[in-house]
Amino acid sequence: MVVMTLEGNEAAAWGARLARPDVIAAYPITPSTHIPERLSEWIADGIMDSEMILTESEHSALSACVGASATGARVFTATASQGLALMHEILHIASGMRLPIVMAIGNRALSAPINIWCDHQDMMSQRDTGWMQFFAESNQEALDLILIAYKVAEDRRVLLPAMVGLDAFTLTHTFEQVDVPEQEEVDRYLPKYRPVHAFLDPERPITQGPLGTPQHYMEFKYAQYEAMNRAKGVIVEAMEEFGRAFGREYAPLVPFSPGGEIVLVTMGSMSGTARVFVRGARQEGESVSHVKVVAFRPFYHSKLAELLAGAKVVAVVERAFSYGSVGPLAQDVAYAMHRYGIKAKLANFIVGLGGRDVTLRDFSEVLETSKRILKGEEDPGVFWLNVAKEEVLKAEEVIWNA
Amino acid sequence: MFEIRFHGRGGQGAVTGANIFAIAASYDGYKSQAFPFFGVERRGAPVTAYARISEGPIEIRSFIYNPDAVVVLDPSLLDAVNVLEGLKENGYVLINTTKKPDELGISGYRLATVDASAIAVRHGLGTPQAPIVNTAILGALVRFVDMVKLESLLRAIREHAPAKKEENAKAAEEAYGEVRIW
Repeated sequence: MVVMTLEGNEAAAWGARLARPDVIAAYPITPSTHIPERLSEWIADGIMDSEMILTESEHSALSACVGASATGARVFTATASQGLALMHEILHIASGMRLPIVMAIGNRALSAPINIWCDHQDMMSQRDTGWMQFFAESNQEALDLILIAYKVAEDRRVLLPAMVGLDAFTLTHTFEQVDVPEQEEVDRYLPKYRPVHAFLDPERPITQGPLGTPQHYMEFKYAQYEAMNRAKGVIVEAMEEFGRAFGREYAPLVPFSPGGEIVLVTMGSMSGTARVFVRGARQEGESVSHVKVVAFRPFYHSKLAELLAGAKVVAVVERAFSYGSVGPLAQDVAYAMHRYGIKAKLANFIVGLGGRDVTLRDFSEVLETSKRILKGEEDPGVFWLNVAKEEVLKAEEVIWNA
Repeated sequence: MFEIRFHGRGGQGAVTGANIFAIAASYDGYKSQAFPFFGVERRGAPVTAYARISEGPIEIRSFIYNPDAVVVLDPSLLDAVNVLEGLKENGYVLINTTKKPDELGISGYRLATVDASAIAVRHGLGTPQAPIVNTAILGALVRFVDMVKLESLLRAIREHAPAKKEENAKAAEEAYGEVRIW
């Protein structure tokens, strides 16, 4: 183990390097460009023994990953935002063919208006593609979760692709200390991939990705459903084994300062800021807790309900939205609460879209609003924080009066 | 926790400077974090970068609104942006300038100045019209804010400066000696 001061992209590149992928196929996009860039350097310098395929689009990059993974290779790629959106149809193919591809995402807003900064809309828009989805809080987590993602993805009980999100700029371009594990330690944790279902062997020819008629299609999809359910257990195992091997503890859901009447739920880099806020608020006598969601797909509904037991207001603070409904994280939290009988009120706070900073002041507003909800002075619902609403109204009046 | 905001112009190395400072701090056992505010990147446009150093883990991820120190890489920024915005009472202000405090009109803060442009030019860093002053200003900074050792800064520069490592290290060392703490 060596402590290095690395930006998030470089930490993610280290995660990929230590996993020793056979093939990397990528197309650069802000803010994740440095990941394939650094991997290319390592390959050119002879430090990594991987085949790098530079494609003409993200659609092609993931297509190349699918082809390579179907031969039984360990495969890595990285993208963000529009690049991930362009991969959309191939995402379904990767998961449907049960290919354990691992991909790093520099979580970035989608156009329009064009924006290179952080939010989670890119991964949320791919929520239903059958990929496992993890969100890193720090550069360390970005590196570690890539290794954990391979461990789970390649497990015979799972065989599903996984994406690991690291927030644009807030992580991708931020330097901080990262424990970089030794290669031998990683080799013990993550041995060479032994494909059992998808491989290229002229002695044993197989067909992959054929037509699935109405007679069979639903069984394939049910198998994916079951695999994702089994992944819940396998992720916990892989995280526990990671803790024993490297001394860093991981869990799909991470509670902080439990037992509060108001529970904040967050994902990604704002989780650290949320903990700083909760620590301060507790000192001032506020009854507030925090839960960080690391694994979004699969979602741990029953475990979350355990962590929410005793809560009176659950405040889901998130960097994405489902227009015409509520935020995607709030949807899962709502299901967990309903399914497992948590009687608390649920409020959904939308923050930090397109790189707007998520601050202690935002969490202060979350807490104040939650307290009013608790007292019955305000209806729970969706709250967009730190938005110049009067500016929006003015612009709309211009349109309406035109 | 000690928080620094760097003001520069695109091409002067403010972002790399903040990163090198974070690396140097780690050599002295601090936890550190450095990050840019990425606007639309253009040579000459105002650029802001941030650094935090702390004896314990750094969990907060927001920008820095109330820095303990501000570092100004380009004196012309003093007319363009309010570099003192949010600066803590009795905070540190380090400016690349030949002017004296009364000419700068800054009071109520701890002030230091260094002619980082001249030092950079002497060491062949950038051009006389557009010197790359980040390493010189860091040399002045570690003297002014006595937390990170000069040796650690020089090591970080020698290991991580993108080019002209030795010239950059020399510039930092020279600025460490020349900085005027008023």
